[in-house]
Parts: sequence; C-alpha cells; structure tokens
Amino acid sequence: MFNDLAKFGKYLGQAARLMVGLPDYDTYVAHMRATHPELPVMSETEFFRNRQEARYGSGRSGGCC
Amino acid sequence: MNIVSKHAIWWLLTAVGVFSLGTVALSRGETINALWIVTAAVSIYLVAYRYYSLFIADKVMQLDSTRATPAVRHNDGLDYVPTNKYILFGHHFAAIAGAGPLVGPVLAAQMGYLPGTLWIIVGVVLAGAVQDFMVLFVSTRRDGRSLGDLVKSELGFVPGIIALFGTFMIMVIILAVLALIVVKALAESPWGTFTVAATIPIAMFMGVYNRFIRPGRVGEISIVGFVLLIAAIVVGGQVAESATWAPLFTFNGKQLTWMLIVYGFVASVLPVWLLLAPRDYLSTFLKIGTIVGLALCMVYVAPNLRMPAVTQFIDGTGPAWSGSLFPFIFITIACGAVSGFHALISSGTTPKLLDNEKNARMIGYGGMLMESFVAIMAIVAASVIDPGVYFAMNSPPAIIGKTVEGAAQVISQWGFVITPEVLTQTAKDVGENSILSRAGGAPTLAVGMAQIFSQVFGGQTMMAFWYHFAILFEALFILTACDAGTRAGRFMLQDLLGTFVPSFRQTNSWPANLTATGLCVAAWGYILYQGVVDPLGGINSLWPLFGISNQMLAGVALMLCTVVLFKMKRQKYAWVTIVPASWLLVCTLTAGWQKVFHANPKIGFLALADKFQAALDRGEILAPAKSVEQMQQIVFNNHLDAVLATFFIFVVVSMLFYTIIACLKAWREDRITSREMPYEAIPTARA
Repeated sequence: MFNDLAKFGKYLGQAARLMVGLPDYDTYVAHMRATHPELPVMSETEFFRNRQEARYGSGRSGGCC
Repeated sequence: MNIVSKHAIWWLLTAVGVFSLGTVALSRGETINALWIVTAAVSIYLVAYRYYSLFIADKVMQLDSTRATPAVRHNDGLDYVPTNKYILFGHHFAAIAGAGPLVGPVLAAQMGYLPGTLWIIVGVVLAGAVQDFMVLFVSTRRDGRSLGDLVKSELGFVPGIIALFGTFMIMVIILAVLALIVVKALAESPWGTFTVAATIPIAMFMGVYNRFIRPGRVGEISIVGFVLLIAAIVVGGQVAESATWAPLFTFNGKQLTWMLIVYGFVASVLPVWLLLAPRDYLSTFLKIGTIVGLALCMVYVAPNLRMPAVTQFIDGTGPAWSGSLFPFIFITIACGAVSGFHALISSGTTPKLLDNEKNARMIGYGGMLMESFVAIMAIVAASVIDPGVYFAMNSPPAIIGKTVEGAAQVISQWGFVITPEVLTQTAKDVGENSILSRAGGAPTLAVGMAQIFSQVFGGQTMMAFWYHFAILFEALFILTACDAGTRAGRFMLQDLLGTFVPSFRQTNSWPANLTATGLCVAAWGYILYQGVVDPLGGINSLWPLFGISNQMLAGVALMLCTVVLFKMKRQKYAWVTIVPASWLLVCTLTAGWQKVFHANPKIGFLALADKFQAALDRGEILAPAKSVEQMQQIVFNNHLDAVLATFFIFVVVSMLFYTIIACLKAWREDRITSREMPYEAIPTARA
C-alpha cells in the first residue's frame, strides 16, 4: 500500500510540475541515454532553465482566459 | 455482460440527471439547493462522456490506438514527450481554466441561474467539449501544429492570415477585459491593492531562489510563496485599517489603469525567470487548489440558491449588461460552455504530449467538461448571495446612484428587497468601504466564495479574509495572463509586422522587441482605459466584445473541423460540428450586429455615440463626462468599438465563405484530401 501511495505522490508531483510546463527530468535523461547516447545530457539546472525559457520566452501564451 | 446490465447504470444516471435538471428548471417561487444543479450537471457530463464522446471517438474521428502520435514520433524528452494521460489531463486543464469560466457565469446570473446553467450544460456537451476534442485530434494528426497553421493548410493562405489577425485582436480584447476586471476589483480597495502588489516582490523572491539558490525546486518555493501570500492577505487587513498606510494603497480606476499599463510593459520585458515564471507557479497551484477546495466546500455546505431561476432582465434591460436573452446569454458565457481560445491550447502544447490518440477523448472532451463544472460552481456562487447585494455590486452608478440608501431603494423597486443596512454590513463583513458598482464578476464571485468558504472555515469573522483571498486568487492569474499574453501578442505582432518589415522578426533585437511590446500594451491599454471611462461601466461594452470574439474563434475552429471531416470523406458525420458551428455563427452575428446597430444606446455602440454626439451638438455635457473633450472621447471610443465588432463579423463571414468552398471542393473529390501526416505505427516495444 505504501508503494502505491509513493507512486501516487510521484504522479502528483509530476502532474503539478507539468502544469507549469516542466516535464519530468528523469524521463528526459532516460530518453537521451536510450536514443542518443552520443549526445551530451543537460544537467537538472540546465534542463530547468531550458524549459522555463521554452514555456515563457516564446510566442505561446501557455494559458487561457 | 449482456446489453441491458451494461447500460443500466447509465440509464439510471440519465434519469438522475434529467430529474435534477427538471427540479432546477421547474421550481418556481421556492428556493432550491445548489446541489440539484451540481447533480444535474455531473450526471449529464458523465452520460455525455460515456456515449457522445465515444461516438465521436469511434465513428466520427475513428481514433487509432496503433497510430504514432507526434509525442512518440518526435520524442525528445523536452517539447515532445509521451505523457501519462492523467498527468497530461492536469496540464491541459491548468492551461484552459482561467478567469473566463468564473466571470462569465457571474455576469449571466443577472438573468437568473437557469438560462446560464442550461447553456453551460448543453453548450459544453454539444459544442465546447466537441471543439476541444476535435481540434486536439486534428492537430495531433498534423504534428501538433497550431490553429493558424491548420487553417492555412486546410483552408488556404488568405483564410489563414484572416484567422491570424482575428486571433491577435481577440488577444488584445481578452487582455483589456481581464485587466478591467482587476481594475474594478481593486479600485478604492487598499486591502486588495496591497495584497496584489505584494505578489510582485514575493514572486521576484521566488524567482531569484529558483534561479540561483536552489534551481528547479519549484515545489518547496511555491509553498513558501503561498505562505507569504497568506501573510500578505493578513497584513493587507491591517493596512486597510491604518490611517497612514491605507491612503498609500487607495487608487481610483484611472490610476490603477495607468499602473497596469506600465506594469504590463515592464513585466513583459523582464527576464521570464524573475517575475513571470514564479508568479505562474503561484497562480497555477492556487487556481487548481482553490477550484478543488471550492468544489469540496460547495458539496459540504450545500447552500440554497437565493437568486430567482429567471429574473425580469431576460428582456434585455439588465443593469450589469444590456441585451436580451438571445443572443447575449450565449456570448456572455463563453468559457465554460464553449471557448474558442481552447482551440489554441488544443493545438499548442497538449498534442505534443499525447501518448496515444485514444487518450484525446479524456483530455479534450473530459478536460472541457471539467472546465464547465468550474463555470457551474461560479454561477452557483453568484446565486447563493442575496440578489439585492448582487445587483448592488453589478449595477453602474448611473443607474443605482452612489449612496447605499439610493441603491437600496432602486434595487428594491426591481423586486429584490434590500435595505441600506444590509449593503453597509456586507461591505463591512468583507472588509471594504463600499460594495456598490463593483461590476466585472470578480468581486461578486469573491463575496459568493467568501460566504461558502467561511461556512466551512472561520465563520463570519473570516469573511473578509476569504473575500480578499478570492480577489487575490483571480487577480494573480489575471496578471499572469496580462504578462504572458503581452509577450505572446508581441511575438504575434513581430511575426505579422515581419511580413512587411523583415527586421521586426529578430526577436533578440531590443528596438524591435520594445516597439512590438509597446504597440501591444498600447493596444490593450487603450481599450482598457476606454472601458474604465465608459459611461455604462466598461463591462457592458467590453465583455460582449470579448464574448463575440471568443465565440467567433470557436466558430472558426469548428468550421475547420467541418472541412477536415469533409476532406476525410466523413461528411455524413459533419453535423457533429456543423450544428454547434451554426449556432455560434447565429449568436455571434446577431450579437455583433446588435452591438453595432441596435437603436438602444445601452446596447448599440453607434446609438450611444450618436447620443453623446447629439448632446455635444446641443452644447450639453452628459454624465459621467465632465468636459467637451471627454464627450468627444466617448463618441470616438464607441465608434472604435463598432469598428472592432464589425471586424469580427467580417472574420466570421469570410471564414464561412472559405469553409463552404473547401467543403464543396472536398465533397466533389472522390478521394480523401485531408493533409494528415502519413500513418506510422507505434513501435511495439516502447522504452
């Protein structure tokens, strides 16, 4: 049961972060390792800044009325 | 399982929904409980989701669970990420929900709770959720491209450009009307102004923390930010009572307008990490938390509705906004029933995160049902407060005067008996100097929410806290929208101007940035300013313009979906989009026409301009203008509004023209002509 609870908590955290445009860092790292092992992987800080710039620094408004 | 038992539960749910709706619709004279509305809405949503959205998924669009989505094809762990459907649902809902579904229903409540409730429920099932779902599907099949691109590729270059211009104008109107709501809520309110002003340093502190101290720790700093916000509300109460501090935070509408314009400009050129991003974190989490909290409290409190089911104002003589039930209720409630703006979200980030086409149903259709539920809560919150208080808050001073005695007398004559003492006491309860003429939806909603929340937490003594909590909650995400919207508008403008002057396209050039930002702020700032000085209170002219433009965009999105269905040779199902699109066209065109040409100066822009021009010619000054210049300004502003409404009519009519041509062409072809990305199967062994 605690396992389920921990899993639920993890999902909740991921959902909250994606609501503000931050995808999961671990998923990104896993993806890079699996498909582009030759490419450099951004650190967590770089990843965070990259996503922040992508969400707000472009033409997308990100939200609605 | 046999067919009977499989469907039995749904038949039962349908019966519950119909019975509840019948109770809501047929009760006359007696007060009914808000839970009847909630039950009716939820059961109808569930049945519609189970059957209608499944029909659209399986028959109309034929979602294919083996087909790779853009997230799968272009997976980069950044923009394109196959995402768990529940997590994506949260993302999508947070993006579509905003001030719209909260404000529109509150304004619509002047006709009673019934017309608005019916339109919210029927509108979402047949129009709003269909639009969000289908645009998500259309965009997913086309690499997650944006609405403007989709119109360009399926309808042609010219309609694409028209749609792009239309979208920019909608953006400007939305920013102006949202800012107007903030102005109306904060004018002469030191408590509210202090609290909202405090969010700026709080957000900047969070931004610095996230940038330099512990980058990426959004959760922990958001909790700190939330605690600081609550502290700001508490301190705001002290500020409002202090003779030295209160005047420093007391501003009238015009002063607040200038502050917002300057703020909008500065905020949108600052680095995003400093102000915009952290405030977005705060406002998003506060928004979701408050919506969930309101739903729980509403079910727990189970308040009675005090607003009548239908008021006499369905004839169009309402004080908050003028115009008869048809077409105006259908444009006053846009978000919550159907909102064209969602087409931009459904063709924005969401299709790039969708892990499987099948899940578009839950995210597109389901997400919009959820937003509709927010609208239902808003109409309930507006209907649980004393109708006398509702009309005192939503009528302009030109109608009810500036004193509680005068207001109570006028409103009581309408049949909503209220005493001056109640009006004074309500203002005192929520910690404000006056509640008269605070149109715009936010303050009314805040009173309703404060009543519901205070019955669960804190009782009467906490009313003022909850009122300002609700104001802060709305102001926070409206300011975020102003900031983000100005940036988005700036990019759109740079793109549009770049077609003529290529140097404008350089988004890292400061002169180009500042010019485009300045133009964008000037555009919404001017419309905001004219709303603030408007003789009928601003909301009366700006909210219908917003509604017309938003529903017009929904019409455009649904027409695009119709064209796509014809091109896919599925025209026998095209009624799914033709019916709601036609209804929206009828409503927006009628409303647009009436806003321009109606003979009543409270409705028609030209009639109001003529009235002030005629007075000018006679050498008279009509209130609220105090000089000849202000009179001329009102005449000019109303001509401008008439031009805007005419522009929206032009957009709708031209899009209809191009849609019919495209449909006829596709119909004559004997093959599929839609421009989807070629089929690619989802890899079976996925990482």
